[in-house]
Amino acid sequence: MQATVAHLKKGQRGIITDVSSIYIPLKLLEMGCLPGNFVELVQVAYFSDPMYLNINGTHLAIRKETALHILIDIL
Amino acid sequence: MSKQINVALIGNPNTGKTSVFNALTGLNQKVGNYPGITVEKKEGICRLPRGVKAHIIDLPGTYSLNASSLDENVVIELLLNKNDKDFPDVAVVVSDVENLKRNLLLFTQIKDLEIPCILAINMADRMRYKGITLDIPHLEEQLNTKIALVSTRKNYGIDELKDLITNYKELSTAPCMNASAIDQDYFDSLQRAFPNQSLYKLWLVITQDVNFGKTDRNEIEAVADFKTKSKADLKRLQQKETIKRYQFINDTLKQGQTIDLTTAKDLRIKLDLILTHKVWGYVIFFLILLLIFQAIYDWSSIPMDFIDSTFASLSEWTKNALPEGTFTNLLSEGIIPGLGGIVIFIPQIAFLFLFISVLEESGYMSRVVFLMDRGMRRFGLSGKSVVPLISGTACAIPAIMATRNIENWKERLITILVTPFTTCSARLPVYLIIISLVIPDKRFFGLGYQAMTLMLLYLIGFGAALGSAMILNKILKIKSKTFFVVEMPNYKLPLLKNVVLTVIEKTKAFVFGAGKIILAISIILWFLASYGPGDEFNNAEDIVTTEFTDQKLSIEEFHEHVASQKLEHSFLGITGRAIEPAIRPLGYDWKIGIALVSSFAAREVFVGTLATIYSVGSDDEETIKNRMAGEVNPILGGPLFTFASGISLLLFYAFAMQCMSTLAIVQRETNSWKWPILQLVIMSAFAYIIALIAFQVLK
Ligand SMILES: Nc1nc2c(ncn2[C@@H]2O[C@H](COP(=O)(O)OP(=O)(O)OP(=O)(O)O)[C@@H](O)[C@H]2O)c(=O)[nH]1
Ligand SMILES: [Mg+2]
Repeated sequence: MQATVAHLKKGQRGIITDVSSIYIPLKLLEMGCLPGNFVELVQVAYFSDPMYLNINGTHLAIRKETALHILIDIL
Repeated sequence: MSKQINVALIGNPNTGKTSVFNALTGLNQKVGNYPGITVEKKEGICRLPRGVKAHIIDLPGTYSLNASSLDENVVIELLLNKNDKDFPDVAVVVSDVENLKRNLLLFTQIKDLEIPCILAINMADRMRYKGITLDIPHLEEQLNTKIALVSTRKNYGIDELKDLITNYKELSTAPCMNASAIDQDYFDSLQRAFPNQSLYKLWLVITQDVNFGKTDRNEIEAVADFKTKSKADLKRLQQKETIKRYQFINDTLKQGQTIDLTTAKDLRIKLDLILTHKVWGYVIFFLILLLIFQAIYDWSSIPMDFIDSTFASLSEWTKNALPEGTFTNLLSEGIIPGLGGIVIFIPQIAFLFLFISVLEESGYMSRVVFLMDRGMRRFGLSGKSVVPLISGTACAIPAIMATRNIENWKERLITILVTPFTTCSARLPVYLIIISLVIPDKRFFGLGYQAMTLMLLYLIGFGAALGSAMILNKILKIKSKTFFVVEMPNYKLPLLKNVVLTVIEKTKAFVFGAGKIILAISIILWFLASYGPGDEFNNAEDIVTTEFTDQKLSIEEFHEHVASQKLEHSFLGITGRAIEPAIRPLGYDWKIGIALVSSFAAREVFVGTLATIYSVGSDDEETIKNRMAGEVNPILGGPLFTFASGISLLLFYAFAMQCMSTLAIVQRETNSWKWPILQLVIMSAFAYIIALIAFQVLK
């Protein structure tokens, strides 16, 4: 099964391999959520939703439903 | 006089645009609104060398020229419309040295619009701390621009920036990269179809979800020899464009920027492990809220009492100092108490904005959004709704304006619709006076009944907001993409100058905005209460004299009876008695009815109206309270303000939509009359029913 950002554990890192542009808002891409960039799960709320991420140096929070559409290789 | 240079400050959120703006303009600024939509616009004048002046606009933060919220839309509309009187001669792109890579994305887009562009790299004071060094000449060459390294905190680089603005004509307008390489054929055909238009501008118009007045998308799609693409294709292309831009930026920064990670420190992560923690995060947030409420109510009571007594004595003084007459009465009974009703809220409003601005400036607000998102979603709201709901406890007007950064329209609409349920500061005086009348001043295990009632009313307010949000979420069939992205900026010590300017600006907006209505209402009320048709009003003295012939009235008593006779038969009294049948089931008499009706303009006039009606000269609450306690129920006998009618009144105020300014803001923000009218009708009907039930059950 392909891992997504939603599968990350707190403190874990991954490299983004693909983002499906239908589900991912352009804004997120523009903030650096692009293939090749690293992503780290900094903090999770209850039920890991939303997720507080560090993507390529930008710190941001997204909901789990969005995180499910960012494919990664877990490091 | 030489021509002013139009300067627009553009940049990602939180890069310090407003700080740069404040540094450039000082107090030379004013806040206005964009015509049509209501995103705030700040303008100011900056004096440049050699007597040149620059007209500076501070724009809302945006990540790119592809708008996803109302805030961001403003930026694009300004940049695309050459005929706008504010169209910039030069754009200053403000960026944060710590996030240069991301900030440059917007920069390359603006360059593509061929507008002269200066890159202001702000927060330069953080470079050492973060181990960053920049090769400015290299960056200037690659980006085809001039760079000013600025720190508004340490106050340097501003003069350099001013020099660059003065000499803006020397700036190159050529793009720094070729984004159309992502699909050369498509862009070539686009350019062929519209040879006179800027290519990037066309592309923006095509891909934007919003409509632009000037260059209509339909116009573009109507041209035959140009093949349009599907939405999905366009989006794929936008993704490619973004990747392309980042490639260029990465290449540029490879040589232009070095980051020594061994010296870099990051306080953010350490703090966030606690401040956004599943348990500690909430505990700390709760403590902060507690502090804020405490401060708002405790600290502001001193200036409020002072304002209250000052206006009371001013009114008294006017009465004595000026010759008797209509004008004096209007001044001392209408206008001065009316003004007092505005000014008295200044301390609370100022304190609230002080805290909100500190929370926002420091970066903590984003953490609150993160903490609350999950819980709020259950009610159809977003984590971003927390900010409006909290600021709603001061005033619904700024709170509703604070919903603008919620991208999802449904979540935003629901937030706008439910925010007026939160207990705003205008309800407070009403609550306080009624509670002191009908709730016993006793304690239960050290907790005062009166204080508990007040707290309960706040909880009812929040409960009503959340409950109705849940219902709205079920019934509103609005399709809108749910997406939620919130940046977690670095924690920063708030700049004192920014905080002070925000507090002054928001308080001014309150005084002149809401204040006008309160003032107008109190003048109208005064007129309606001071004039009346027919004999019963005009011959009040004679009527009272005959009625009380066998009693010995002191002069004071006589005047009071005349006043109440007049009031009862004034225009106001006639109206009041006309509506009395409708409110009697709630336990109110016509006087309360009048106070209720005038409260639909603004709740805060309740106490003032009763003051006028009970013919007490001043707004002094103790006197009004005694008067109210002495009022007799015309039908049942006994005191008018009983536990039952008091509770009924409290609940009515808790739920009713009694604020014209809020309705006006809702109309502007939703751009339709449907929502404010629904809000008015539903909230008030609900208030009526609840108050009715409360009275009938308790009486
Ligand atoms: N260290 C440092 N902090 C700064 C500097 N300039 C601004 N800040 C801080 O950065 C934060 C954001 O500043 P603002 O001026 O509000 O940023 P903005 O770009 O107007 O933000 P939005 O209007 O929300 O897009 C504040 O906490 C400022 O105190 C600077 O030169 N150095
Ligand atoms: Mg700003």
